[in-house]
Amino acid sequence: MSDETHIPTDPEVAKAAADADPPEDNRWKDAVREIFSASPWVAVGALVLAFVVGSIMIAFTDSRVQEVSAWFFQRPGDTFSALGSAIGRAYSQLFQGAVFNVAFAERGGFLEGIRPLMSTLTSATPLIAAGLGVAVSFRAGMFNIGGRGQMIFAAIAAGWLGYVWSGLPFPLLLIICVVAGVLAGALWSGLAGFLKAKTGAHEVIATIMLNYIAFYFLQWLLMTPGMLRGVKGTPISNPVPDAAFPLLFGSRYTVSWAFVVSLAAVAFCWWLLNRSSMGFAFRAIGENPRAAKVAGINVERTMVVAMMVAGALVGLAGTQQALGVLASSGFGDAVDAGIGFDAITVALLGGSQPIGVLFAGLLFGAFQAGGRAMQAGARVDISIVAVIQSVIVLFIAAPPLVRAIFRLPQPSQAALARKADAKARAKAAKALAKSGSQDGTKESA
Amino acid sequence: MRLELRGITKRFATLVANDHIDLVVEPGQIHCLLGENGAGKSTLMNCLYGLYTPDEGEILLDGEVVRFAGPGDAQAAGIGMVHQHFMLVPVFSVAENVMLGNEASKGVALDLDAARAKVREIAARFNFHVDPDAIIEDLPVGVQQRVEIIKALSRDAHVLVFDEPTAVLTPQETDELMEIMKQLRDEGAAIVFITHKLREVRAIADKITVIRRGAVVGEASPTSTDAELAAIMVGRAVELSVVKGEPQHTDTSLVVKDLTVTSATGQVLVDEVSFEVKGGEILAIAGVQGNGQTELTEALMGLETNVEGSIRLGGQELVGKSVRQVLDAGVGFIPEDRTHDGLVGTFTIAENLMLDRSDGPPFVKAGAIQIGFRDEFARQKVEEYDVRTQGIHQEVGRLSGGNAQKVIVAREMSRDLSLLLAAQPTRGVDVGSIEFIYKRIVEMRDSGCPVVVVSTELDEASQLGDRIMVMYKGGIVGVVPADTSRDVLGLMMAGIAPEDIAATQAEIAAEAAASDDAVSDAVDDAAPPGDTPSSDTATTGTDETGAAR
Ligand SMILES: Nc1ncnc2c1ncn2[C@@H]1O[C@H](COP(=O)(O)OP(=O)(O)OP(=O)(O)O)[C@@H](O)[C@H]1O
Ligand SMILES: [Mg+2]
Repeated sequence: MSDETHIPTDPEVAKAAADADPPEDNRWKDAVREIFSASPWVAVGALVLAFVVGSIMIAFTDSRVQEVSAWFFQRPGDTFSALGSAIGRAYSQLFQGAVFNVAFAERGGFLEGIRPLMSTLTSATPLIAAGLGVAVSFRAGMFNIGGRGQMIFAAIAAGWLGYVWSGLPFPLLLIICVVAGVLAGALWSGLAGFLKAKTGAHEVIATIMLNYIAFYFLQWLLMTPGMLRGVKGTPISNPVPDAAFPLLFGSRYTVSWAFVVSLAAVAFCWWLLNRSSMGFAFRAIGENPRAAKVAGINVERTMVVAMMVAGALVGLAGTQQALGVLASSGFGDAVDAGIGFDAITVALLGGSQPIGVLFAGLLFGAFQAGGRAMQAGARVDISIVAVIQSVIVLFIAAPPLVRAIFRLPQPSQAALARKADAKARAKAAKALAKSGSQDGTKESA
Repeated sequence: MRLELRGITKRFATLVANDHIDLVVEPGQIHCLLGENGAGKSTLMNCLYGLYTPDEGEILLDGEVVRFAGPGDAQAAGIGMVHQHFMLVPVFSVAENVMLGNEASKGVALDLDAARAKVREIAARFNFHVDPDAIIEDLPVGVQQRVEIIKALSRDAHVLVFDEPTAVLTPQETDELMEIMKQLRDEGAAIVFITHKLREVRAIADKITVIRRGAVVGEASPTSTDAELAAIMVGRAVELSVVKGEPQHTDTSLVVKDLTVTSATGQVLVDEVSFEVKGGEILAIAGVQGNGQTELTEALMGLETNVEGSIRLGGQELVGKSVRQVLDAGVGFIPEDRTHDGLVGTFTIAENLMLDRSDGPPFVKAGAIQIGFRDEFARQKVEEYDVRTQGIHQEVGRLSGGNAQKVIVAREMSRDLSLLLAAQPTRGVDVGSIEFIYKRIVEMRDSGCPVVVVSTELDEASQLGDRIMVMYKGGIVGVVPADTSRDVLGLMMAGIAPEDIAATQAEIAAEAAASDDAVSDAVDDAAPPGDTPSSDTATTGTDETGAAR
């Protein structure tokens, strides 16, 4: 890499480069690319650091710690033991709420004890699907923040069909609804891809705007009789028990077949990105659109297709919401539950690799499930979880920092080029952290 | 300042890129590093410049051991480096770039005036002119490179490293650069110079060290011949001239007629160009960089949007076709800017070798990449083209420059071609590989395929080409036989039509008078008598099958 990085070599080339993309934009792209392809070690490091930061927050907000720290200088031991027990209690509750609950196990045996694990899987289900969507768009060089809109449209399609065609037999109705939801997500996202390919509209702006349109459209549907508005007259859609994903292990656990679909989606994405010619084209336009073009790849068309595939996966998450946890109650305008934004963090933590997204999705599912238990059991506000999530983003966005703290080796890309976009990276990090904390607050509300 | 490298060793995983390298560069000396692609020259210099940390060994400046954590330390210690690609901020002015990382500040405000003065002072010292307020991206490469030099000198560099600085320069810019280097040497700087062009080595080197496969294999004397230098570098005798017979013309020809390319802003970049390349011949397109060659090749590939006129390949019209269709028509393309246009740096060698065939057989079946076939193909090509790599799954971005070029050449040459379009095919490539690439290009020609080679190197154009077409300001100055003298080609590259030059040379005595005529007599459609070097039009059956297979 050392002596070969591209620099426009003459006025012609410089001009060509200027035609294609302003340099500013490229730098931003590079920064985001680096952030999204975080190495597993940076991800693990970021995770550890986030827990450390979380511990500090827990310690400072704990009432017992505050109390005993008043006599810190007389009896410092009290403070430290209070610190230890506060942090220990919080994380133990987090664990018990996310993986294995000892009290449940004592009452009902092992199968009862792993109920938290099952609810982690339930929470992880849409996070994995949506995370895959963001990861795919990212690998194609695009930043899909339109998860909310795509999920909403998917939920509308699935929820509406599930209600009006509720007479259809079991697997057929479910399949139709899922397909419809996935298609709706694909089309809504493809629209952003189309705008980018045809007019150069930046996909970040386009997807954000499409989020608003989808959100208010859903509100209108929920308010308007004869549309999605439920028969009870509330702004909640009708339940669709006939179209619901069946439960995977019976009624003891909440986890449904939707989780299996997410696992299948992981396998599919792995194949798509690593083994298919379509994924090859996605990655080519994501890494070097100019070389892709020279190699005969239709960059515009590939962009649209990549956004559609991304939207399909996010749409799957929307479908899993509407036909999964919300199937029996119907959904309101918060059907997306911030998952469209959490998905960005999941993709980020997973390094935009399908397998990475799977683990990151499971982890975030655990945060959600465990966070609730932590709030109830350890009186630690659930927003600590949002803080931990945001701190993960921050650290991943600043890999040199994590590398320095853990003495990880510098990846062998030209070190200099990296320095040049440190600034852009900081900017991107800020933006990401913001979106991370935003949906964090939404969740706890 | 005396520079000494002792036992420098640098490993990348299992590969030893530098193996206990010892090197001494005396002040007042230009020390050339010669070596094959991937020999480890750039790696060694990156160790010296603090970009890499050597695994073993030490760096001594004036006898004292120094350690660098980064380029900043190296600069502070008096080491400057001019990379083949420039580390300049394109949207900043010259003065701002010089100041960057060297912020001599007046309170909070940066002292731009001081930087301007510094630029002027250094430029004056070397007798060239650089406007301190010019924006980098508006400057030609040669000038950008001078800015790099100024930047290094503004920090009092006493050791200067030039890593393939001439690869992207015009011959004239190269000469000017060498003058600057000589002056620096005479002022007492210790200079390391890396190049693959033996002519430059002989012209300027005081001392030559040859590196092969990561280790120093010996020294060479600056008075050695090209052949001797090439042999010690590659470790075998190298054929430096192109061996090719008379062209055997076939029917598949490329006919370009009235081709005009305009930019998005309406600027005419290629101006009603017409020429023909017969199957079985090589047309070399020469000219100073930036006279429309790039746009011409891109128009041929379907990469330009505003194109008028006609491009017919074997009777098939290519104007208006997509890049995919042009590739499918059998056009092989070696772009001049390999990292930007030719390769995806983060893709593996195997992936890059299928980059322009990712849509169908043999690499893709039913939408799935045939991994087994791809990897087997890659292994074969890596072997055949002698790509020095740790394996077919290595990222192309980590290959040395010349080896990356070989990946492109391998990819394009292994398709069934009906036209080969090669722009600067040997840029940054070592002599051994140049020999190999030339051989493949000539083979391609002998198989009956028309070949277009775009080159800013006059030697390359005259050696490879059966005819040479010179471009100037988007138009064709003339098409002349390959044995046309360098002087005439040089004049043509300045826009003087060959007829006028011929007239000039016919009347040696009346030189001055003839050159007056030259100015007044402009001929639009240059078709000199030596247009077709051979009248041999026989098309053999074997050629046909060779091309159609
Ligand atoms: N960051 C890296 N990671 C892995 N291998 C590398 C890296 N940088 C260089 N190499 C390998 O080290 C070897 C030496 O590379 P280097 O760039 O020093 O060669 P070079 O002598 O400058 O060649 P060229 O003349 O082609 O520029 C090559 O085989 C290259 O693939
Ligand atoms: Mg090199």
